[in-house]
Amino acid sequence: MSTRIFGSGIRRREDPRLITGSATYTDDLTLPRMVHAAMLRSPHAHARITAIDTSKAAAAPGVIAVYTHADTEGGLQPAPCAWLLPDSDLKIASYHCLAKDVVRFAGDIVAVVVAESRYQAEDALELIDVGYEPLPAVTDPEAAAAEGAPKLHDEIDGNQAFHWKVAGGDVDAAFAGADVVVKDRIVQQRLIPNAMEPRAALASFVGATGELTVWNTTQNPHIVRFLTSLVLGLSEDKIRVIAPEVGGGFGSKIAAYPADFLTMFCSRKLNRPVKWTETRSENYQSTTHGRDHVQHVELAAKNDGTVLGLRCTVHAGMGAYLSTAAPGIPTILHGLMLSGVYTLPAVHEDVYGVYTNGVPVEAYRGAGRPEATFMLERMMDVLAARLDMDPADVRRKNMIPKFDDGHEVVTTLKYDSGDYPGALDKVLSHADYAGLRAKQKAGPANGTYTGLGLATYVEICGLGPSQVAGAIGFQGGLWESAIVRFHPSGKVHVFIGASPHGQGEETTFAQIVGSELGVDPQDVKVFHGDTDNTPMGWGTYGSRTTAVGGAALALTARKIRDKAKVIAAHLLEAAVEDMDYEDGKFFVKGAPDQSKTIGDIALMANVAWNMPEGVEAGLEASTFYDPPNFTFPFGAHLAVVEVDAETGAVALKRYVALDDCGPQINPVIVEGQVHGGVVQGVGQALWEEAVYDEGGQLVTGSMLDYALPRADLLPDIEVLSTVTPSPHHPLGVKGIGEAGTIASTAAVYNAVMDALRPLGVTSVRMPLTPERVWQAIQDARQAKG
Amino acid sequence: MTVPVSITVNGQRYDREVEPRLLLVHFLREVVGSTGTKVGCDTSQCGACTVLMDGVSLKSCTALAVQADGAEVTTIEGLADGDALHPLQDAFWEKHGLQCGFCTPGMIMASHELLRVTPDPSDAQIRHGLEGNMCRCTGYQNIVRAVRQAAGTTAGQP
Ligand code: FES
Ligand code: FES
Repeated sequence: MSTRIFGSGIRRREDPRLITGSATYTDDLTLPRMVHAAMLRSPHAHARITAIDTSKAAAAPGVIAVYTHADTEGGLQPAPCAWLLPDSDLKIASYHCLAKDVVRFAGDIVAVVVAESRYQAEDALELIDVGYEPLPAVTDPEAAAAEGAPKLHDEIDGNQAFHWKVAGGDVDAAFAGADVVVKDRIVQQRLIPNAMEPRAALASFVGATGELTVWNTTQNPHIVRFLTSLVLGLSEDKIRVIAPEVGGGFGSKIAAYPADFLTMFCSRKLNRPVKWTETRSENYQSTTHGRDHVQHVELAAKNDGTVLGLRCTVHAGMGAYLSTAAPGIPTILHGLMLSGVYTLPAVHEDVYGVYTNGVPVEAYRGAGRPEATFMLERMMDVLAARLDMDPADVRRKNMIPKFDDGHEVVTTLKYDSGDYPGALDKVLSHADYAGLRAKQKAGPANGTYTGLGLATYVEICGLGPSQVAGAIGFQGGLWESAIVRFHPSGKVHVFIGASPHGQGEETTFAQIVGSELGVDPQDVKVFHGDTDNTPMGWGTYGSRTTAVGGAALALTARKIRDKAKVIAAHLLEAAVEDMDYEDGKFFVKGAPDQSKTIGDIALMANVAWNMPEGVEAGLEASTFYDPPNFTFPFGAHLAVVEVDAETGAVALKRYVALDDCGPQINPVIVEGQVHGGVVQGVGQALWEEAVYDEGGQLVTGSMLDYALPRADLLPDIEVLSTVTPSPHHPLGVKGIGEAGTIASTAAVYNAVMDALRPLGVTSVRMPLTPERVWQAIQDARQAKG
Repeated sequence: MTVPVSITVNGQRYDREVEPRLLLVHFLREVVGSTGTKVGCDTSQCGACTVLMDGVSLKSCTALAVQADGAEVTTIEGLADGDALHPLQDAFWEKHGLQCGFCTPGMIMASHELLRVTPDPSDAQIRHGLEGNMCRCTGYQNIVRAVRQAAGTTAGQP
């Protein structure tokens, strides 16, 4: 493998179109005869619809059609949930694309208007008269599960969508034999993903052919095609889904949404292209949210810091309906990761998925793993404080020792490889942790308290073996695909089933082909995101594109190399066994001047004038790669904060992130993923929260009220790495997209609590706004008396 | 009711009849077809729609097309000199200052303004100067690096 290309921080192949404004996102597209849809959304969190009068809207200027639920009967099935969690008493409520009789969150769609222009469609929304009989609403997951809570779905008792358990080891014995038990109630607040590009769909149905083409802001066009076939009752071969340029997703563009299906429905009804683009406020009140756990956690340990067992109960708010992949997030991707980087002998967790009158909750960057990592890493610090040990020492005491080929944990997962103590030590020495602690001991200066926060983590990526997908109820496979095609000129086209949207795989995948076959990455073009011209694939989420799709690509390149070697041997009149390969050149062993380049072979294979017997023309191969196991990236992060005890203001002073994602194909891109990921997690710790009021109204309904991380609030992040290859991946790579987010919320939270410890504060609800921190300090002072 | 406007976009004059309520950003995207300028919010927070009007940056969702009557507007499409990238574009590319690219047109135009006003900014000044532009992908760090690299070139010149 050429090291010049693999591992080099080359400029991205995708950037020229992005920095010049030439890229085409869904909302940038215009088609002949195109018209515009707008959605009328419920202003109530929970209400019965008593009447709808659309006549005034239908008569408004430019309006072409207005549809309500009754119009869609028979033409549109409910939006499906596609993760049917087994052994959990899963109860799926119908998620009608247009609300039928009852609306269950502020944002549920009641009617759709199609008009000549977007302004006209939006004007007409105001002319629709809807009679609502308001019903009591509940948005907190614990409250929604309590006796007497407002009931969302008639057929579902206790608002319980599912009850899922994970258990390993003897947790009762662990607690019975413990010297010390620490507890906490942790609220993983509801978050709004905020991909900068709002969601959009452009649907074009052609009655004459019965074919539907959809441009959609999605992370997984093949899944959208599959679900569209179910919802619209069209066969898959008649549907083409294209994810053009997609402006970030972070999980919010995994789901297949009612508004998208409605846009397609309108196009089919009207036999002309229909475009819908959400506003940002609409995004906040209808595009999926993340997290929303209330966790009760207990950790049992010995006096020397040895951890014996973890017991927890989680109420996970699912929103009003189950989104496409939602049931798998607080369960499989959360509960199975509860051992973290530790030798934890016993775990028991009950997860209750609860319907609430909020926007459906889905995967959000990290998806389940941040909620697990936070729980564990917070408890490690609580334990350290209780035993008066250093948090680094408690962690080191319990860490799984370095391993390079498999380690099974109590939740039955088999981690692939890891060096957790190595990661921790490297962070501590880089940051001069001992020095920082010594400085901290000197006490606060001018009312400013310093805090250090650690988070070590391991995460599950590279989803995943399809057999496991089936066993855990995921309604699809989890393999990935790649086709590599050499043109006569030696230039290469690559077609992949995954669908990157900012992560840079057009570059890193060109580097994979480049390093495997000696081609200049500039000569490799990667196609993705179009179900008509890419092989099937399951999409870009869960940091799986490189971990699974990258493996498919590497194996495909190796197939090409094998075939090229046979052709080269034939042309050089040598035996195949006598051939060697290096850096794009095939040569006779011991005679490097007798060689053919991959370019020579590409030309010969394409003209096929002189091919070995039985070898087909063309230089092209494909692979459908089903991974044998997940990959398990890991790392250690350290945050240093200062808290002003007078104002409660928190300043993030330093952030050190060490992430081990295996060998790095492009370290500049890896670093970029870490930066963005860390900042998203910092946002959760310090600023971000989707707030509903008592009545179920979204108080943080626009960017004015939802506090996104801004450039001026952040320090430079110090990025470190170690390299521990995955033993089962052809390139050893593991995945990096979510790593930063998984660790950083816990690191920053722990740092703030570390700063507040001398003041007697032990727990504050996130986000750690100045007001909350200040209040906690006052409360602690009062309690002290 | 429509009103006539005459707006020059990237050197080309557009004489059009528009609704008085038409936002400048929609004029650019829908009337001119210059879709490089993005819409990321509806409360003037995100900065994705940032353009230059008569050389000064403006969030184009905060202005009506009629307010730009007679003005010269530069969008991301008008920044490069033919095939030669503007130093800011080149710096964003070189420093990996973008991922999904959606915030990028606005971010580059806002950086243009920053360097016009502060030709040799410190990191803190860059961070402060870009506080009105949201990026969810990069964590801003490489954007800061890109702007720093572009500073000292001709980046801020009109
Ligand atoms: S679209 Fe103009 S500031 Fe967001
Ligand atoms: S690059 Fe995606 S929002 Fe900035």
